Amino acid sequence: MKSLIAFWNILKKDIKNYYLKPPNISWGIIFPLSWSLMQLIRSPGKNILELLPGLIAMSVLFGTTSMLAVTITFERSSRSFERLMLAPISLNVMLLAKIAGTIIFGMFNAFVPIAFASFFIDLKGVNFGIILPAVFMIALSSALMGLLIAVSAKQVFEAQTFSNFFRFPMLFLCGLFIPISDLPVFLRPISYCWPLTYGADILKAAITGVNIFSPILSFCMLLFFSVALFLISRHNINRKWVL
Amino acid sequence: MLAVTNLTKTYGDFTAVNNISFEVQKGEIFGFLGPNGAGKTSTINMMIGLARPTAGEILINGIDVTKQTKKAQSIMGIVADESNLYNEMDGFDNLCFCAALYGMEKSEREPKARHLLEEFRLKDAGKRPFKAYSKGMKRKLTIAAALIHSPQILFLDEPTTGIDVESSRQIRKLIVALKEQGTTVFLTTHYIEEAERICNRIAFIANGEIVASGTASELMDSVSHAHIIRFVTSKSAENITAELKNNFKGSKVAVQGDNTLIMESEDRISLLPVMDFLNDKGIDVYEAKELRPSLEDVFVKLTGIESSVLKKDEKKGGRK
Repeated sequence: MKSLIAFWNILKKDIKNYYLKPPNISWGIIFPLSWSLMQLIRSPGKNILELLPGLIAMSVLFGTTSMLAVTITFERSSRSFERLMLAPISLNVMLLAKIAGTIIFGMFNAFVPIAFASFFIDLKGVNFGIILPAVFMIALSSALMGLLIAVSAKQVFEAQTFSNFFRFPMLFLCGLFIPISDLPVFLRPISYCWPLTYGADILKAAITGVNIFSPILSFCMLLFFSVALFLISRHNINRKWVL
Repeated sequence: MLAVTNLTKTYGDFTAVNNISFEVQKGEIFGFLGPNGAGKTSTINMMIGLARPTAGEILINGIDVTKQTKKAQSIMGIVADESNLYNEMDGFDNLCFCAALYGMEKSEREPKARHLLEEFRLKDAGKRPFKAYSKGMKRKLTIAAALIHSPQILFLDEPTTGIDVESSRQIRKLIVALKEQGTTVFLTTHYIEEAERICNRIAFIANGEIVASGTASELMDSVSHAHIIRFVTSKSAENITAELKNNFKGSKVAVQGDNTLIMESEDRISLLPVMDFLNDKGIDVYEAKELRPSLEDVFVKLTGIESSVLKKDEKKGGRK
């Protein structure tokens, strides 16, 4: 019960202090909207449904990775993060509370392009029963990547730089814009090492029905990446932040 | 309440804390005094669970901090050397959030937060964001946040560094009041006077080692057992020093300037015979005062570190 109280209050504090701030709300709306418009203008003849998985995945990815990395690095630099480290709650509970806020923010970002697309096309054929857990899993794995970045970064600008270091290669290698089969042979194994590859594939399955992997395999891979990233981050926190 | 045994912390080849041991009794204020780099932060970080000891043991109320860190943290209140609450949140919300971290229910934490705001004279500022507080107010709210869950032991790292005199006084009063309520306080400070004024016992730390510990009187006695009296006289006693030594066996006599006479003896010096003697020689005595070594003198003597080093640390606003 005590852990639940702490979890809920950390989550509430993060949402109020960071995610509900006007710059972040506008980022959460304007950024996915700009991507959507950009893609539509650039590919006028292209079916919006084909663009939708990429837009959703990008919105989640950009909304989550830097957000968690920046908020944690910011709290560490002001030393308020020490309060969480010194509270009598387990590291798992504390990290899950921090991640939960980012996941909610990422999921909110994901539904901006969907809402936008609904003005132009009929989304009846889209399987939202798969999209919702897929967006959740993409947000979870991306947030955990942000956590891994936060453990390595000392300054907020470092967190942002590291985030881009991961995000851009992942975006171009995950099969969203260039099918994996069209990539040079030596790059293909790298594609399979990114969680977004599997997340994007589930989204494609749910929206266009065209996918490489079985959605079950993709969900399992996302779960595997999430667990691995969480364990590595927790290990690094214990090693680097508890000296 | 707190027992530290053979505690050591090394970072590579550098030994930050070297085999220190001490105990803090329940309900006392224990001062940890030393300059920057002496090992204060490493010691406090190990005690609160932010650093792992290389060797040694820390027990708080019988709980091994290294093995049961979270259990030990539940009975600690911790005030870092910086006021590290959340800038965007107001005073009341900051206190309630800190209480929630200790699992306190809303019905319990809100009245406690109101009570603490009142006790710390921050009631009017309760709804203002933390970033709008003065340094002194920030410090007080940070201490209040550490007390929200009624800890058995409070760790205070440089509580009055960099704040105004009035706020420092209020904080010192609050610390003493906490002690009277039964809370054990572990305090690190640069301010020798502060340690002398409010601490029941003090430990001097230098180069990672505790060089002395005890009450202020014990520490003073440890460096000098002599009794020294300074007499302010109407004229110089230069010509009668030999006679003084003869009349008052075992005393050392020295004259400073035109009208100051210093007498030092292993035994207590009775004033009246000295004053009569001087009077007979035509010298009036205007003032007689026993000189005791200050805690600052003791610190300098025991650590070999000039107190100016501590004062420089104070000017820098303490360690960051």
